[in-house]
Amino acid sequence: MLNIVEIDHLTVQYPDVKALDDVTFSIKKGDFLGIIGPNGAGKSTLFASMLGLNTKYKGTIKFFGQDIRKSKDYLKEIGYVPQKPIFEKNFPATVKDVVRMGLRRESDMEKIEEILQQLWIHELSKKRIGELSGGQQQRVFIAKALVNNPKLLILDEPVTGIDQHSKELFYSILRELNSKQKITIIWSSHDLDAVNQLANHVACLNSTLFFHGESNEFFANDELVKQYSEASMQEHMHHH
Amino acid sequence: MTLEILTFSFMHRALISGVAIAILCSIIGLFLVLRRYSLFGDAIAHSSFGGIALGLMAGVYPLWTAYGVSLISALIITRIKEKYNISGDASVAVLLSSGIAVGLVIIGISGGFTIDIFSFLFGSILLVSVNDTILILSLTGIILIVVLLLYRQLLYSTFNEEQAKVSGIPVEKINYLIVFMAGLTVVTSIQLVGVLLISALFVIPNVTAIMYGKGFKVTAILSMSFSIFSVVIGILVSYIFDITPAGTIVLLSIGLFGGTIGVKSIGLLSEN
Repeated sequence: MLNIVEIDHLTVQYPDVKALDDVTFSIKKGDFLGIIGPNGAGKSTLFASMLGLNTKYKGTIKFFGQDIRKSKDYLKEIGYVPQKPIFEKNFPATVKDVVRMGLRRESDMEKIEEILQQLWIHELSKKRIGELSGGQQQRVFIAKALVNNPKLLILDEPVTGIDQHSKELFYSILRELNSKQKITIIWSSHDLDAVNQLANHVACLNSTLFFHGESNEFFANDELVKQYSEASMQEHMHHH
Repeated sequence: MTLEILTFSFMHRALISGVAIAILCSIIGLFLVLRRYSLFGDAIAHSSFGGIALGLMAGVYPLWTAYGVSLISALIITRIKEKYNISGDASVAVLLSSGIAVGLVIIGISGGFTIDIFSFLFGSILLVSVNDTILILSLTGIILIVVLLLYRQLLYSTFNEEQAKVSGIPVEKINYLIVFMAGLTVVTSIQLVGVLLISALFVIPNVTAIMYGKGFKVTAILSMSFSIFSVVIGILVSYIFDITPAGTIVLLSIGLFGGTIGVKSIGLLSEN
């Protein structure tokens, strides 16, 4: 099967720390990859490098077989949902305005309505983005990421401000996107249970790549699971 | 008297130019305010003061030198801000004081030219010529077309630079474009309210409109309406009562701002 992403010997050296150390893995079409690892493990650096926001890296990153240093065209095929979508609380943009920002062609306006309904935010479309709860905002940013029919969705999971109901809704949306719409998903998460339920592949990152493989294989390895559930528990406490 | 003033051709030019400038300042100002760059207009205006003084000394039409100096300083300060990571407010302060300092030194060297300088400091909308009006209308048209064509890019990079970059928007170029359009707008607006009060036109109608809790387009339309109202009523009232138009226009927009706060505080507008 076709590799959508190929990361080869990726190293990112910051002045005081090596954020990523010789990371190599690939992602196939249709994969649902859960990336787990403690705070400062390099998840954000990995995403920033993949999205072209960090260009100071060694190694190569290929999307759809193309080195991303050579062309930025691959970004058209990617939807990105950031962890903390920073914006002014009073920013005069409605839910519809925000989703529309993601739209590359104005002619696809009906696509917006369709996606707002699919993500259960249709009734909020005229509300300002700053008035919404964390979980609702997260769905708006997924809608914005999906509006160009991406082949690949990259999500940095938010750790605060999401209630249980929104979380479950979010997970069922991800599952549907992957299984029914065949969108490849890369998802960094702190919730090992959810990763176990949703992802078919797991990558454990802590500067180096400790594990990358099928999720069954990961969850069968008690030692690894114990180590990473402790790490994510510590992180969870850190965020509260 | 009240209706008679509407028949004067200088009044037609003043009102037409005023409305164009009102529209221009509120739309460019909206992007600046949302980028936490509210005083940037003020800084460019002050730097243009140096340009005006240079023009008066050299015997060139002062607005041409003002355009040159403002655009160059706006682009330089943006570059310095990006390259050396200086905060927005500090870079604005540097630009603001440099312009005034250069202007004062040039005026000193030339032995002072008071009357002309005053009309640039406080505006002289009733004195705009036919050529000025054509220039103002053309610039307004061009800038509005650019804003409409690049609406999504401008809005998205203002909302969140990082996400805009990931969407393939050339955010740095868009940033320079906004600064460039702001420079053109400021110098064009000098004739209406003068160097000293320009940031009022950029900021006050937008801050007022944002309080209504609407989406981007409605907010922009509200801001333009407030701005046009203040400018038109300001020009007419100031002429009738023989007071300064610039001050009257700004006080009217402050009145709308105060009124909106009042309406909000008694709960007639939703809290945002």
